[in-house]
Amino acid sequence: MLTTLARKLGGMITVMFLVATMVFFLTRLAPGDPAALMLGDQATQADIEQLRKTYGLDQPLLVQYGLWLKEVIAGNLGQSIFLQRPVLTAIGERAEPTFFLALFSILIASLIGIPAGIISAVWRGGRSDQAVSAGAMLAASIPSFWLGLLFIQFFSVTLGWFPVAGYGDPGAPLAQRLYHLILPATVLGIVNSALITRFTRASMLDVLSEDFVRTARAKGLSESRIVLRHALGNALVPIITVVGLTAALLVGGAIITETVFGLPGIGNLVVSAVLRRDYPVIQGALIVIAGIYVMINFAIDVIYTLVDPRVKT
Amino acid sequence: MTGKQTLHSDLAAKGWSRRDLARMLGAAGALSVLPFGGFAQAQGAASANLAMIGEPQTLDPMASTADLPSLIMMHVYESLYTFDADLNAKPMLAVDMPKISNNGLGYEIEIRKGVKLHSGRELDVEDVIASLKRWFEMTPRGKSINANVVTMEARGSHGLAITLKAPVPAFATHMALPSGYAAIMAKESIATPLVSFVGTGPYKFQERKPDQFVVLTRFDGYSARSEAPSGYAGKREAKIGELRFIPVPNANTRVEGVIAGQYHFADQIPVESYKRIAATASVKPVLVMPYGFPYFVLNTKQGPFADKRVRQAYQLALSNTEMLLAAFGDDKFFKATAAHFPKASPFHSAAGDKVYDKADTAAAKKLLADAKYDGAPIRILNSKQYEFHHRMALVMAENLKAAGFKVQLDVVDWATLVQRRADPAVYDVYITHSGFYPEPMLSPPQLGSGAPGWWDSPAKTAALAAFNSESDPVKRGALWGKVQEVIYDEVPYIRAGEFAALSASSAKMTGFTPMPMPAFWNVGL
Repeated sequence: MLTTLARKLGGMITVMFLVATMVFFLTRLAPGDPAALMLGDQATQADIEQLRKTYGLDQPLLVQYGLWLKEVIAGNLGQSIFLQRPVLTAIGERAEPTFFLALFSILIASLIGIPAGIISAVWRGGRSDQAVSAGAMLAASIPSFWLGLLFIQFFSVTLGWFPVAGYGDPGAPLAQRLYHLILPATVLGIVNSALITRFTRASMLDVLSEDFVRTARAKGLSESRIVLRHALGNALVPIITVVGLTAALLVGGAIITETVFGLPGIGNLVVSAVLRRDYPVIQGALIVIAGIYVMINFAIDVIYTLVDPRVKT
Repeated sequence: MTGKQTLHSDLAAKGWSRRDLARMLGAAGALSVLPFGGFAQAQGAASANLAMIGEPQTLDPMASTADLPSLIMMHVYESLYTFDADLNAKPMLAVDMPKISNNGLGYEIEIRKGVKLHSGRELDVEDVIASLKRWFEMTPRGKSINANVVTMEARGSHGLAITLKAPVPAFATHMALPSGYAAIMAKESIATPLVSFVGTGPYKFQERKPDQFVVLTRFDGYSARSEAPSGYAGKREAKIGELRFIPVPNANTRVEGVIAGQYHFADQIPVESYKRIAATASVKPVLVMPYGFPYFVLNTKQGPFADKRVRQAYQLALSNTEMLLAAFGDDKFFKATAAHFPKASPFHSAAGDKVYDKADTAAAKKLLADAKYDGAPIRILNSKQYEFHHRMALVMAENLKAAGFKVQLDVVDWATLVQRRADPAVYDVYITHSGFYPEPMLSPPQLGSGAPGWWDSPAKTAALAAFNSESDPVKRGALWGKVQEVIYDEVPYIRAGEFAALSASSAKMTGFTPMPMPAFWNVGL
């Protein structure tokens, strides 16, 4: 077990190194100059060159990479060119809304997707199955920005139940801040429920055709006990995978939803940084996101072993 | 049989009870009964929620020429001079307009007495000198003025004397301009980067949460001028206790937010939302005209546009009205005019109206033939990040094709455009825009030297030298007409026309004066 974990940890480090390298060079390959953007139309070429020098952008690319990697290994993701603060601080300031948005979204997606997938599998071919499949297809097809604007129009503007955007007033308590997440989390939950529904349905269909299910029925167990306890338990591995990966993507920042709902999250940070060519923020945020993704994958592997003892072998 | 009955029958047939289903779906339902009684609408007059187009990259008004930092911080920091409703420079922290002597080389400025800084101390000339020195060192406009400054000295506790080596016309106007502006700060707070924001404005800095809000609160010790308010000038009063500048990058969200009552003001909303805003009783549209001007910068250094005749052909081929219509949709939001300044301005001139907005393909073709245009494609560098730029580019391309040009549309993101426009090898014309300023030399940068486009000619040098060495406002007006003639003759850039900015405010908002940068002193709710 320890050997397996050590091997996985080694893999994680390799992945993170490759991610860091790719992120650095891909970011620099894109045209654009943060110094020219920051200084605006009135700046002279000398002003621009001076600012480039201040941020080390005048150095050869490999030198910049070496210096940056050294700092990253030491735990320093650098200083934002535009925000004039450490990248880690900028990410930390935006972590809360992104974390809770991801948490609520995945909760809602699971609460919709898993029951819908079960219903669809249990009544395979029936009207319920057709309704769930059509719903899942619709949810997967709707662009999240469109659904977001629709929800804002109906629930915020027409009914006035929820705020249109933002993350609470200055000094708002946690409850008010979380209240601002209900609409965006619902939008993301609906959109992401489609995949979970389809995976749950497929996984449940596989398990429901197994011999042990027939045996359970022959023993006279209630249908609900067979489905919810025996079948669902055995179908969980692929469901956990898709839920975990969806959660990892959401933690990385639901970029469009955060923009539509004006949420001060990591997605918004990354979009602004890309538009401004704020290299340290793009690089730092992507490394943090990749790190979270890798760790969630690792957690999923560990959960597999708990849910399904066969995985250990 | 209804769908509901079918589902229930199906469940019963499979041995499921209502309870099983309820157990499965109950958690989802629980989300709908969260203990909130509904979203509280926008707060009363104690605070105003102001939806801005994004997050300010800094709160230091000298660290960037972007509008947002200045828009917010002009409530905190005042300048020696500012603009009235007609965009004339007027005194703010200065007692009066500067006394000019020695043929425009000597400036004497008296600073108002009894003006309190947010720290409680009284403002004096040392604060002004420290602030202007910082402005001279940090900002492009300050640097250009500093190149002409010989000395800057205190005269007593509230007098300032500046000696120049060459006249700087519109000196006060430069100091009044609110972007990258000459903000006056408490000298002890001056640092780079700024960590405390101590000014003299009607609002003081309270709190910033990146991507969430910047909060300013009323400064009770504010020392207001006595003149009637006009534009940014005259008496300022903080009627609202707290201003919250909230970044809302999505324009549609700003529209929905102001209609829903969450925001009291939504800055820069799409012109397409005008009808909806106008038809909603709880909000009203705010139109600022002129807000800015789109312009096309031609590469005079190399390529087809190095030949003046090809540039003139380009100018004659264009239909500015068509381009502006494509960009802004309705003539409420634009004005096609050859004049670079409105009639009320001393710089108003009709020069150029014989070649502006002609769409004269025959004349353009003749010029191209004279220039022996070889059919090299005209590369139009433009960005979809500003949708109106791209719409103008599409019409421009058709205008040019009709006149016999070959055209290549290079569509990139704004960051790429800003980088590429510095390379004369990769474009022939790029599309950009500027805010409207009352002083000609403030924009576009092509009136200076070294800016993209690289316009340099004896006619330019002569016209601008005459204009920039004249201090008399009336004579300067006439001299600007000469500069405008040269611009239309040499075509270093084309000013497409003027456009308006559309914003929206709560119908309850009173005392708001539409200005290029919205100001919220003297505003009530």
